[in-house]
Amino acid sequence: MKTMRYNYFIISILALFLVTSSAKASEDSGEKFDATSMIIHHIKDAHDWHLFDTKNADGTTHAVSISLPIILLTEGNLDVFLSSEFHHGQHEVVKGDRIYKIEHEHILETSGKKVLDFSITKNVTSMFLSAILLLVIFASVASAYKRQPNAAPSGFQNFFETLIVFIRDDVAIPNLGEKNYKKYLPYLLTLFFFIWFNNLLGLLPTGANMSGNIAFTMTLAVVTLIVTNVSGNGHYWSHIFWTPGVPLPLRIIILPLEVIGIFTKPFALMIRLFANITAGHIIILSLASFIFIFKSFAVGIPVSAFMFVMTCLELFVAILQAYIFTLLTALFIGLATEEPEHGHGHEAHH
Amino acid sequence: MLANLLLEIGGSVSALGGGIGAGLAVMGAGMGIGKIGGSAMEAMARQPEMAGKVQTGMIIAAALVEGAALFAIAVAFLVASN
Repeated sequence: MKTMRYNYFIISILALFLVTSSAKASEDSGEKFDATSMIIHHIKDAHDWHLFDTKNADGTTHAVSISLPIILLTEGNLDVFLSSEFHHGQHEVVKGDRIYKIEHEHILETSGKKVLDFSITKNVTSMFLSAILLLVIFASVASAYKRQPNAAPSGFQNFFETLIVFIRDDVAIPNLGEKNYKKYLPYLLTLFFFIWFNNLLGLLPTGANMSGNIAFTMTLAVVTLIVTNVSGNGHYWSHIFWTPGVPLPLRIIILPLEVIGIFTKPFALMIRLFANITAGHIIILSLASFIFIFKSFAVGIPVSAFMFVMTCLELFVAILQAYIFTLLTALFIGLATEEPEHGHGHEAHH
Repeated sequence: MLANLLLEIGGSVSALGGGIGAGLAVMGAGMGIGKIGGSAMEAMARQPEMAGKVQTGMIIAAALVEGAALFAIAVAFLVASN
């Protein structure tokens, strides 16, 4: 065995011990470990970025977190302040005649006024981070092409060129055809890399669960819905409203089904991405809470190994779900912009 | 009688329904993806030069079946949390 590989092996064994020993350290806290609330706290969005917990001198836990700005619009009044003013939910914030309190990451105004929450939450910050990451990486890849157009790519450019060419040749061209794939290729590439980067950032420790946020996936699905239906040609709409090759009574029945079908396809995209990523996070967190519930090395070591395997699976699911979202979007756009064959002999319409 | 026994253990009908629903959904997903994987293995064994394409198709079909199962899991979660 080479020396380098031996080091990795030792380090991974030690890492398994780390998780178990951190569970043992909290043994003397006395209170029962609440798995459900820990899992929900890690899945949900939050108004501050919680990093870790430390113990004060008197034994109480002190949460260390980066407080994020809170932007609220209450009946025409804009209030901007840092979430640290809430002191982790123990303090009420007074701005003018409005008193805000926070309960389970939900901001309420004590006299019942309607609060519109436009805060920069953990998920929004993570989205900014992944957007900046995407800009930096792809700007450098693009500038490498500009500087030396015909040179062999190397480094970052090499890696991303493989993926970009894969999306172009195996996702865009087969589904959209040679003639008009160029119009939609930027959108497909953005979709793939944005979803993949957000999935990966969510898997890091103290990462935000961005793609497991149904509002995020809903926005992407709505954009797909808009792109598909705006680029739909007459052929597409005529197939929906007046399905050819089918007797007249069935056409009346199929019409509402096809109209609903316009919306269920992006809806399935939304649910698929959200559920896959959230389920993966819940599995890993549930395994971690096994260690905290049982608090023994006999449980800790196999569970830590299992968590490692699950995290590897989640890495695979991250890129797979990004690919599936992109592939299905390309498929739907391709179906919408399909040119009818000569003669329009569509008797076997699925 | 069995329903009463399950109710005692489960604690509330909605939690029970959520649990049973999630279990059935995963069973359906497991059967579906198992069938896809099995026929993919068979196809790859019959024609090894098509193994790459068969594998790609298998992954896509598995992701679609998984999506349907996760629909059911999401609904079960909603039901159980009421």
